[in-house]
Amino acid sequence: MSKINTLEDLNKAAKRGLESIIPPKTKVMVGMATSGIASGAQEVYDALAEEVKKRKLDIILSKTGAMGMDCIEPLVDVLQPNKPRLAYSKVTAKKVPEIVDQIVKGAVNGSKPTYRMDEEDFICLNEKKPYFKGSLPKDLDGIPKISDVNFYKKQLKLATRNCGMIDFESIDEYIAKGGYFSLHKALTKMKPDEIIDEIIASGLRGRGGGGFPAGIKWQTCRRAHGDIKYVICNGDEGDPGAYMDRSVMEGDPHSVIEGMIIGAYAIGSSQGFIYVRNEYPLAVRNLQRALDQAREYGLLGKNILNTGFDFDLRIGKGAGAFVCGESTALMTSLEGKAGEPRAKYIHTVEHGLWDRPSNLNNVETWANVPAIISRGAKWFSSIGCKNNSGTKVFCLVGKINNIGMVEVPMGIPLKEIIYEIGGGIPGGKKYKAVQTGGPSGGCLPDKLIDISVDFDSLWNAGSMMGSGGMIVMDETTCMVDIARYFIDFLEFESCGKCTPCREGVHRMNEILRDICDGRGKEGDVELLESMSQGIVDGALCALGSTAANPVLSTLKYFRDEYVAHVRDKKCPAGVCKALIRFSISDEKCTGCGVCLKKCPSECISGEKKKTHVIDQTKCIKCGVCKESCKFDAIIVE
Amino acid sequence: MKTAKTQKKSVKDIIKKYDSDKTAMIAILQDVQEEFRYLPKEALSSISKQMDVPLTRIYEIATFYNAFSLKPRGKNLVEVCAGTACHVQGAARLMDRMERDLAIKCGETTTDKIFSLEEVRCLGCCSLAPVVRISGNIHPNLTQDEVPKILKNYK
Repeated sequence: MSKINTLEDLNKAAKRGLESIIPPKTKVMVGMATSGIASGAQEVYDALAEEVKKRKLDIILSKTGAMGMDCIEPLVDVLQPNKPRLAYSKVTAKKVPEIVDQIVKGAVNGSKPTYRMDEEDFICLNEKKPYFKGSLPKDLDGIPKISDVNFYKKQLKLATRNCGMIDFESIDEYIAKGGYFSLHKALTKMKPDEIIDEIIASGLRGRGGGGFPAGIKWQTCRRAHGDIKYVICNGDEGDPGAYMDRSVMEGDPHSVIEGMIIGAYAIGSSQGFIYVRNEYPLAVRNLQRALDQAREYGLLGKNILNTGFDFDLRIGKGAGAFVCGESTALMTSLEGKAGEPRAKYIHTVEHGLWDRPSNLNNVETWANVPAIISRGAKWFSSIGCKNNSGTKVFCLVGKINNIGMVEVPMGIPLKEIIYEIGGGIPGGKKYKAVQTGGPSGGCLPDKLIDISVDFDSLWNAGSMMGSGGMIVMDETTCMVDIARYFIDFLEFESCGKCTPCREGVHRMNEILRDICDGRGKEGDVELLESMSQGIVDGALCALGSTAANPVLSTLKYFRDEYVAHVRDKKCPAGVCKALIRFSISDEKCTGCGVCLKKCPSECISGEKKKTHVIDQTKCIKCGVCKESCKFDAIIVE
Repeated sequence: MKTAKTQKKSVKDIIKKYDSDKTAMIAILQDVQEEFRYLPKEALSSISKQMDVPLTRIYEIATFYNAFSLKPRGKNLVEVCAGTACHVQGAARLMDRMERDLAIKCGETTTDKIFSLEEVRCLGCCSLAPVVRISGNIHPNLTQDEVPKILKNYK
């Protein structure tokens, strides 16, 4: 491929890309992000390839990222000329021949697609292209439009605009979606200060958790002294329960790269780094491929787009340390050292990587930049709510029906995310709380269900946005156990540099473990509270100073559960092993014998069709009986 | 097992690949670990000598990051995800089951050197919780019941 130097070259690439996005022949796309592959997408892809070869069909088979609704993967999208794009869900290799039959016949019969898309949205270009003209084919009556599916109805995709839509291996498809046109605009028509003003005016706040205005950060870094400056992308998505950055790096790597080049030009940097966690091998592969493509097109390297601007990017791989998601620790790790954080009074925008001015934003923040440059600050700030413009991507996981990644305008009520997009709690159970903000965040109980989901409201409620994990919990989740889980996580991940975090979190973990194991004493809860304050005041970095949040927020809203553990030696949710007891309901047990067969410690006895009994002296409380009982006859108390 | 000579050669090749760049230490250790499935003491000493970095520095990095192991690992690395979503969906019970079925504790390797059991802090597959990764393959929505069958496939 020849280098892209002019707008004309870019248009040519876009034309090629459009021909592959909406091709003149049949195209089949398989969702091949990590979640898709784990659900079996590779087998489906292989089966499709074989079927196409066997029947000698002229079909394009391509790989795409994750659309977001992970609970219905593997997802196969079929796009035929002048027809809507159809999405088949939970596809298995076995189902492939039938889908190929439908493709050959050009009509839907048998297994129906879950939804259809009538048009492709080109957000950065502000236009929509229909897949077909005229009226909807009759056989597609009754197949809902994606915008009518509850999960997608209230979503607005900006940062994840191309995920699951384009082939992540194709730079031309990214360009066809308006990609790198923003870069062209920035480099040829805008001065660095104008770009920074635009980002400030857009109100874009850092999506990594802190919510610091991105434009202000850029400006400070631009004004900092020094010839050599760095831009860094934080792809060390360590918050358990969040995987949107992985999805963007896997499904639309160019959006991050383009955002970073624009940022580098605005700040005055010629070298950038993308720091990706060790746990995301596919993200590293897809990013690396994208970097090579961008270099080949002359969008990275010397004299980008023939404007004289030089910039290059390198990937740094993490090695499994949660603290490296913290900006100063990440930079220390990029230097090839143990990733210990530094004191926060030294600003990284002035003294960062190798003591040089460094601007760090996370994946989602960078991915928003090209859209802002192409559509303008006014458009971006019209989305969302006051002081919280744009959208936020959340990962809705845990005890919720529609599990997946969602992108919604800021300020949406929590209730709509949980009950409309998420479809409520499975099994008719009661909502207890949603945990946001990762280990540094907190829990939002039922009484806060109407809260507006934005940086400030969550912070005021004692939680935080974090990187956007939303772990939904129901009545079977023990909040003391959750607090212990997070404190245990933080103790393990504490780098050990400062005493409040190293020793304090360790002691808190001991107390929580005692409480969960039935050794809680009066006064423990109060001790936890005072220790929390000590850690908040004394810890060195953001990870340490927020380490007590999981305890503080569960204490604030679920104090009665702590009291039940300490005073009554009971775990109301039936989770803490030492405080619970399994038994079998006389009423519900049908004597089917499934639990008896599955019990690993052979402590269940009983005759067929008669109520079974658990021998309490042998029970190891593994819960297999409860998991396997179809009649809900196992009682936990 | 690699002989001492071939081991030295692959360590040398890895260092060469990174131009003896000291800032690439983490990447070098990652490559060494990929080669040997752990970080052998001899490999670390030879990195120290060839790159002129004190062994204590390398040891600091090797012990700071969770991905590195100073003990030999088994043929298959079983990683039980301990992310929040997995925890809520019963990852702790899954870990108990793994420990019982493999007859080792988390962090140990079976005597036949087939399995090493470890905990990992979130694989980013929260929508499929609880998950376990075995030799790079992610097993989604795993129940305790399925554990014996899955382990058998890796023997």
